[in-house]
Amino acid sequence: MTKHSIRVILPYHLQTLAKIDPEISIEVESPVTHDSIIDAIELRFAALRGTIRDHVTKKRRPLLRYFVCEKDVSHEPPETLVPDAVVAGEQPFIIWGAVAGG
Amino acid sequence: MTLVRVLVGTAKGAFILSSDGKREKWDVEGPLFAGWTVYHMKGSKLDPNRIYASQCSDWFGQIIQRSNDGGKTWDQPGGEPAPDFTGQPPGASNKFVYEGEVGTHMWYDGTPHPWEFKRVWHLEPSLTEIDVVYAGAEDAALFRSNDGAATWKELPGLRAQRGSEWQPGAGGLGLHTILLDPTNPQRIYVAISAAGAFRTDDGGETWKPINRGLKSKYIPDPDAEIGHCVHRLALHPTRPEVVFMQLHWNVMRTDNAGELWTNISGNLPTDFGFPIEVHAHEPETIYVVPIKSDSEHYVHEGKLRVFRSRTGGTEWEPLTNGLPQENCYVNVLRDAMATDTLDDCGIYFGTTGGQVYVSPDGGDNWSAIVHDLPRVLSVEVQTLP
Repeated sequence: MTKHSIRVILPYHLQTLAKIDPEISIEVESPVTHDSIIDAIELRFAALRGTIRDHVTKKRRPLLRYFVCEKDVSHEPPETLVPDAVVAGEQPFIIWGAVAGG
Repeated sequence: MTLVRVLVGTAKGAFILSSDGKREKWDVEGPLFAGWTVYHMKGSKLDPNRIYASQCSDWFGQIIQRSNDGGKTWDQPGGEPAPDFTGQPPGASNKFVYEGEVGTHMWYDGTPHPWEFKRVWHLEPSLTEIDVVYAGAEDAALFRSNDGAATWKELPGLRAQRGSEWQPGAGGLGLHTILLDPTNPQRIYVAISAAGAFRTDDGGETWKPINRGLKSKYIPDPDAEIGHCVHRLALHPTRPEVVFMQLHWNVMRTDNAGELWTNISGNLPTDFGFPIEVHAHEPETIYVVPIKSDSEHYVHEGKLRVFRSRTGGTEWEPLTNGLPQENCYVNVLRDAMATDTLDDCGIYFGTTGGQVYVSPDGGDNWSAIVHDLPRVLSVEVQTLP
């Protein structure tokens, strides 16, 4: 099984919660999907379990967004493969808080 | 030297206010968990350095934090990663899962709505076991942890009390009050908006509604067994069978552990409100902060007045010295009033305008510890030797 170093950018409040830098690098086995990235994050940073996805349903929290290569992929299925640029570490997988305010 | 530590939960973080026994000069620490909503913080009576905090966010859900050094450092119990990262950590302090078939409660429009965990409103550490702590949740349920908040398990017997008929109040279907009987570890009182008050006498296995005597004009049957919007309960530890209640409208008391409630609103200018508290050394001295109405959630006549009864209710006096008496339109939320246990009992409350007030003399005189915090959601006080 091939492992890839995936770059991930997390929102400010999850950075402070897990006491990590704005961008992290995380090892993810092939095939690299949205959910396998989140699995790896939750395994490495236990403080983040339940904060990106619901503990039980594993659904993305409604006010979080996933951006990849300047596209919003939040509503794609969790088993969606990420682009080669993310697998190669050229582009980050971005987890971001939705704009919700006035 | 005696210290007082005030734990303040706000809409945008937590604050710890500390003073000596004089309660004149205060150190302010915070914001902790900056930018997050902190519904409640509470310390253990067995070890005051053990403090729990309920931290939550519409974006990221629920977090439970724990401190073992009086709030200097915090961690999420159970979240320690496996040393080799090959397995999941042993616990998840923010994992609250309803037991069994989840079922439904009543939604605002009268239709069945699946039970969904949203947040923890209140944390109550056990009086007898250091690692036991209770959590009151929205949607309403009581959870218990036996391992210092690393893992949680629901006590489902509570929702068996006609939970399918419970309906949320405007603020949600929240279990907001947990009172532990210091003389009987098997007895717990809880209150839920808008289901009512409930009691267990077997440590949480089985429950019964304790709402007889309550009258609520906003439900079809004013004397119903469930459906009352109880805002807060309070008791004095030496008389745990006497419980005081701020109902939606009406201030109530029971002298028989909730078997029957009587109205003690008496001469209050309005009996709508949220908090109710009991003096630390005088079991018949109680405090409320009435607000204008359910339609106008701010204090009556623009005056911030705490009302004190020294007779267990019915006869009330306004306490105003040091509190704003004009152009004031704040509210005091249900978990935002507390007392210390110094000889001259201190009374504390926080407002939706961000002030935290203290009276070091049982309510006669007040001053603001802080003026400009975010909206205050909860206030708890620890008296440290």
